[in-house]
Amino acid sequence: MALEVVNEQTLNEQTVMDAVQASVHRLFGEYGASKANLKLTKTLPEKRQFVIRCSHKALEQVRAAIASTTAINGKNATIQVLGVSGTLKALSKKTRNI
Amino acid sequence: MPRNRDDNMKRFADLHLRVPLEDPSKAESMIQKASELGYNLVGIPLPPHHTREEISQLRHICSEAKVDFATRVNFSPRTPNELLQSLRRFRRKFEIVAVRCHTKDVARQAAKDRRVDILQFSVTNLRKRFFDEAEAELASQALSSLEIELAPILQLTSFSRVRLLSSLRREAATAERAKVPITLSSGATDEHFMRGPRDYAALTTLFDLPMSSALRALSETPWVTVERNRKKLSADYVAPGIHVVGRKTGD
Repeated sequence: MALEVVNEQTLNEQTVMDAVQASVHRLFGEYGASKANLKLTKTLPEKRQFVIRCSHKALEQVRAAIASTTAINGKNATIQVLGVSGTLKALSKKTRNI
Repeated sequence: MPRNRDDNMKRFADLHLRVPLEDPSKAESMIQKASELGYNLVGIPLPPHHTREEISQLRHICSEAKVDFATRVNFSPRTPNELLQSLRRFRRKFEIVAVRCHTKDVARQAAKDRRVDILQFSVTNLRKRFFDEAEAELASQALSSLEIELAPILQLTSFSRVRLLSSLRREAATAERAKVPITLSSGATDEHFMRGPRDYAALTTLFDLPMSSALRALSETPWVTVERNRKKLSADYVAPGIHVVGRKTGD
């Protein structure tokens, strides 16, 4: 899943990953978070773009959690999903600039 | 795969983009963002006594952003009579008519009136959400759809969000059972709460709306509403099923 963070602060990949994890945890609890199986795969910090992987069975829950993120580090931020795919190759084709 | 191709061809609509009319630059950036997020149609609420300049300005911004624009009015009547008066005066001036139901009487009247397109309920006072089986039965026989705004789900926190999701789950199930169309819209007043259609569809999993119904509520249902009303408002419309196909000019 390719993500783009829209905000006014500089962020590292760990902060973004923590925000996504926290959002999944807040909405679906520890059980839901364990099923999501989130991992950071690739980062492009200069473009504020990140690629994460998750269980395909939990895709809609992870997407909902990402959409519900409204702040990172206490400041307004939005995470947009640029594309979703089963492989990195197909994802890079879909989103072109990743 | 055919399903994906079909999904990619969907035309998405956000029928409740609450842009600030007094701030054209913010309105422009919100409409631009809606276009970037993949919406083909935005419904913007206007005051009943709007000016032509306001409409032409919004139409211009929307055409620049390559997104279709539908005029919308939100009524918040206190009594059924007030609702009827407003409908009589303003129905033909707007493409979408939404009614925010603050009392049960208003909710019942709005649900059975074929001039009402959208039924809205309070997101903060859950006692004022009157979408029950009886309301759904009336709405299913008319043309109105239940509107679910998604920005409040992002804005509310902790227990108030839990209670809202619980109400939405019950109402979405009631609407599906009674075959009342559901319209999903952002209700966003700020870019910060705007999300893409597929992200909004994913958010509906929080109140157990199936993905296919969520995508329909973001595409077919709002488009059908707007196209039906555009036909009705055109000069060629005579009655349901009857419209002028051509006019003979005088010799």
